[in-house]
Amino acid sequence: MKRAQLVIGCVLVGLVVVAALLSLVWTPFDPLEVVPGDRLQPPGWPHLMGTDGFGIDVLARLLVGAQVTLVVGVISVGLAALIGVPLGLWAGQVGGWADELVMRTADVFYAVPALLLAMLFASVFGASTFTAMAAIGLASIPAFARVSRAGTRQVMATDFVLAAKASGTSSWGIARRHIAPNIAPLIGVQASVGFALAILAEAALSYLGLGTQRPTPTWGNMLHDAQQYIFISPLQAVWPGLAIAVAVLGFNLLGDGLRDYLDPRLRELA
Amino acid sequence: MSLLEVRDLTVRFGRRQIVAVDGLSLSLAKGGRLGVIGESGSGKTVTALAVLGLLPANAVVSGSIELAGRPITSLNEAGLAKLRGNVVSMVFQEPMTALDPTMRVGRQVAEVLRLHTSAAPGKAREQVVAMLNEVGLPDPGRVAMSYPHQLSGGQRQRVVMAMALINAPDLVICDEPTTALDVTVQAKVLAKLDQVLNLSGAACLFISHDLAVVSQVCEQVMVMLDGKVVETGTVADLFNRPQHPYTKGLVATSRLDQMVPGQRLPVVEDFYHPDAERVGR
Repeated sequence: MKRAQLVIGCVLVGLVVVAALLSLVWTPFDPLEVVPGDRLQPPGWPHLMGTDGFGIDVLARLLVGAQVTLVVGVISVGLAALIGVPLGLWAGQVGGWADELVMRTADVFYAVPALLLAMLFASVFGASTFTAMAAIGLASIPAFARVSRAGTRQVMATDFVLAAKASGTSSWGIARRHIAPNIAPLIGVQASVGFALAILAEAALSYLGLGTQRPTPTWGNMLHDAQQYIFISPLQAVWPGLAIAVAVLGFNLLGDGLRDYLDPRLRELA
Repeated sequence: MSLLEVRDLTVRFGRRQIVAVDGLSLSLAKGGRLGVIGESGSGKTVTALAVLGLLPANAVVSGSIELAGRPITSLNEAGLAKLRGNVVSMVFQEPMTALDPTMRVGRQVAEVLRLHTSAAPGKAREQVVAMLNEVGLPDPGRVAMSYPHQLSGGQRQRVVMAMALINAPDLVICDEPTTALDVTVQAKVLAKLDQVLNLSGAACLFISHDLAVVSQVCEQVMVMLDGKVVETGTVADLFNRPQHPYTKGLVATSRLDQMVPGQRLPVVEDFYHPDAERVGR
């Protein structure tokens, strides 16, 4: 069962990654070229998923859209983890004032939703892929800090940390050799959940025009473009919606599977 | 000169200054062994942690602890880290939790070695396997490559012992090392510990609540009650001529072989009644 989750998650995420990589070297049609004669074609040959209101091949746009999705996901989750995990680990290990400082600050930032932050950034710096990534990344820091702090507290209370101290391991050594490997499954799960959330947030932002700007295709702005033809050509909205769903589901399943795989006690049982 | 010299050690905890150890003094010669007996909360483990300088931040320590001529209470973290694992080490009670579940046990033992010596990785591995063999683990090469959850309780406790002994420390503190094991495994592990300690010539502070277990390893025994030492002597003295009523109770309850069937078993309270002050705490 657990193994199946991991496999399905890997396959779905792999699908998105392959689409993004493939689009770097090959797309069935030019994803930017407007062909007035080919507007709103139904799925068929040569346009497998049909064409949109500009006569652009939907499949080509979908493949290129995967690039933006992955880049935004990787960068924003990476940013959040890179800042959030060390902060949480430090707070959990040092405790006391450091803990209070980090966690109360995290509480304050928890109150700011990613979308609001993205709107703020878009109005100050102008909407772009970069502002969307920064907003989603910054807004996800508290979640990573909180998860790694909780995990660290748990590990710090164990006998093996006491044993490590009793054999002369430094705080840095304990953080690196004992805390980090033990909270890695938690971080992995948080990362994949964060990835799924980042994909959704990015889609929402580019749907609203606050993220990646046209003409670069993203799943969000494809949804937006499909909106005005929803009664004439409803499938146009289905394709990017399906892509978002597949990516989000894939990362969630991957996270669950990964948690079990990274935990050697559970690996044995699988 | 003695290896460990504790003078008038008092440890208090928290804002309410709850006394965990009260004016404890002890002295342990190089290669000597001292058993510490007492019930939960009598301050045995706190004493052990104080010797390692591992008390939590809210502990207030007074008195002096000298280990191999160095004052533990006034050393900084770096100074303490140099002693821990090298001059003094500890065998923990719960073999389930004293090993990191994410690390192969061989590497965990090697870590202790690596912290205090600059042995080459290949050499370290050899030394670890030799140590695992020495604490009586069959097939030490395979054990070294195992994760803790793949080993039995007895095997894990031997690994914990190997971790404590690999740097040939001068003092090994054993905090109830066999309490979590069943009786037959307990006897084997104790015999092995005794043998390994003899071989390395390390001194041992052996903490337990079980008089029978202590008597297997130590000649000298110290009885603790509510943070105070109530009696010190050889195991034989303690068994034959217990002085303090609490010790009398302990001895009586451990002499099950002398019981007449059908008679009520003795309890410590038959001999020693906690006074009002103790109940108040």
